[in-house]
Amino acid sequence: MANTFHLQIASVDGLIYDGSVISISCRCVDGDRTILAGHTNLVTSVGMGTAKVIFEDGSERMAACIGGMLSVMNGECRLIVTTWEWKDEIDIERAKAAKKRAEEKLAGQLDEKNYKIAKAKLHRALIRMQTSMGAK
Amino acid sequence: MASNMKAVKLRMKSIESTRQITKAMEMVATSKLRKAKDRAELITPGFTVMRHTLRDIAEGNLDFSSVYTRNPGNDKACYIVIAGDRGMAGGYNNNLFKYVERKADGRDFSVLPIGKKAYEYYSKKGYDIVSDQLADSAEKSISECFEVSKSICDAYKEGKFGHFQLYYTEFQNMMNMVTRRIPLLPLEDFDKKKNPKSEIKSIIEYSPDEETVFDKIVPEYIAYVLYSGICESLASEYAARRNAMESATKNAEEMLDDLSLYYNRVRQAGITQEITEIISGANA
Repeated sequence: MANTFHLQIASVDGLIYDGSVISISCRCVDGDRTILAGHTNLVTSVGMGTAKVIFEDGSERMAACIGGMLSVMNGECRLIVTTWEWKDEIDIERAKAAKKRAEEKLAGQLDEKNYKIAKAKLHRALIRMQTSMGAK
Repeated sequence: MASNMKAVKLRMKSIESTRQITKAMEMVATSKLRKAKDRAELITPGFTVMRHTLRDIAEGNLDFSSVYTRNPGNDKACYIVIAGDRGMAGGYNNNLFKYVERKADGRDFSVLPIGKKAYEYYSKKGYDIVSDQLADSAEKSISECFEVSKSICDAYKEGKFGHFQLYYTEFQNMMNMVTRRIPLLPLEDFDKKKNPKSEIKSIIEYSPDEETVFDKIVPEYIAYVLYSGICESLASEYAARRNAMESATKNAEEMLDDLSLYYNRVRQAGITQEITEIISGANA
């Protein structure tokens, strides 16, 4: 039996996951990071990317993880995210539509604020599509 | 006698229409409450996790290189007060305002009001209003919270204010709403007594470095706290209104009962008197 640790994933929509896992990997500000049991205390900011959780029974689950923070405190890992969508819950058609909309917007003239919003939307759509299609 | 009866009848009519209004308001508040309550309950667990994390960080933090963790040495305080948009909710708004005053303890403070009632109250009292961008409604989305949170952090970094505190009403259940204060910035203001492990200072690795991490997570944390405070306050407001309207309806019903009893008695007395008069007239 592999070493496990306690992981909590929380967002504004509530507690998404609360239980023991073997590992969690996600994209942080300074690159991809994997947390295993016995990790030192760590606080870092989470970027946008595909996250992977390996559960106690060895099964894996991917998710689109967008923004937030990751903390490991005395063996407890807490991931607080803005958006977290498990791979099988992603609405791929919606993501595709969002990608198209954002691309159309970016093609036109935009002020800085709207440009940033459109760019972020495009990025999120791409992450969702990437996660959903299983590409790393 | 007859004029008295007319007055009673009129009064009954007006109470009846008030009862209809309070009943309708009660129903509206109930249905809105259900939605607000679900939302507030949804956010609570994530919020608790977030608070614990930030508290641990604030406690374990030995290094004061981030502007958010340092004591700024600036006593100017800004209170973010979340109240409702409308009255008719019992003591919901007033309880909060009184609580704020009690906690302020005579100190001067600026206000960032959320909700119409908060704005009205503090502008009437002549307090310094930081921004009225949130005064229009007590219902805010998470992205609006992010915007506010960013402006709060900017104001803090520029040194406009040394302390930020959030005042809101926590929703416990249908009958209990509790006014609460959460210190937002600096992180040093965290209530450290509650954690028994607080003597143990742990070394934390910040990646890539402390400043970058705090710059990213603090605005997020504040947005989160704001959003959660807004959800809780909204649920509290509806619950308070529902309770107030429920008792108003009940009072109106009681008054109607009393008045109709009185009305019938007077009417009966009138009839009896007339009969007595007729009989005594016939006998004469």
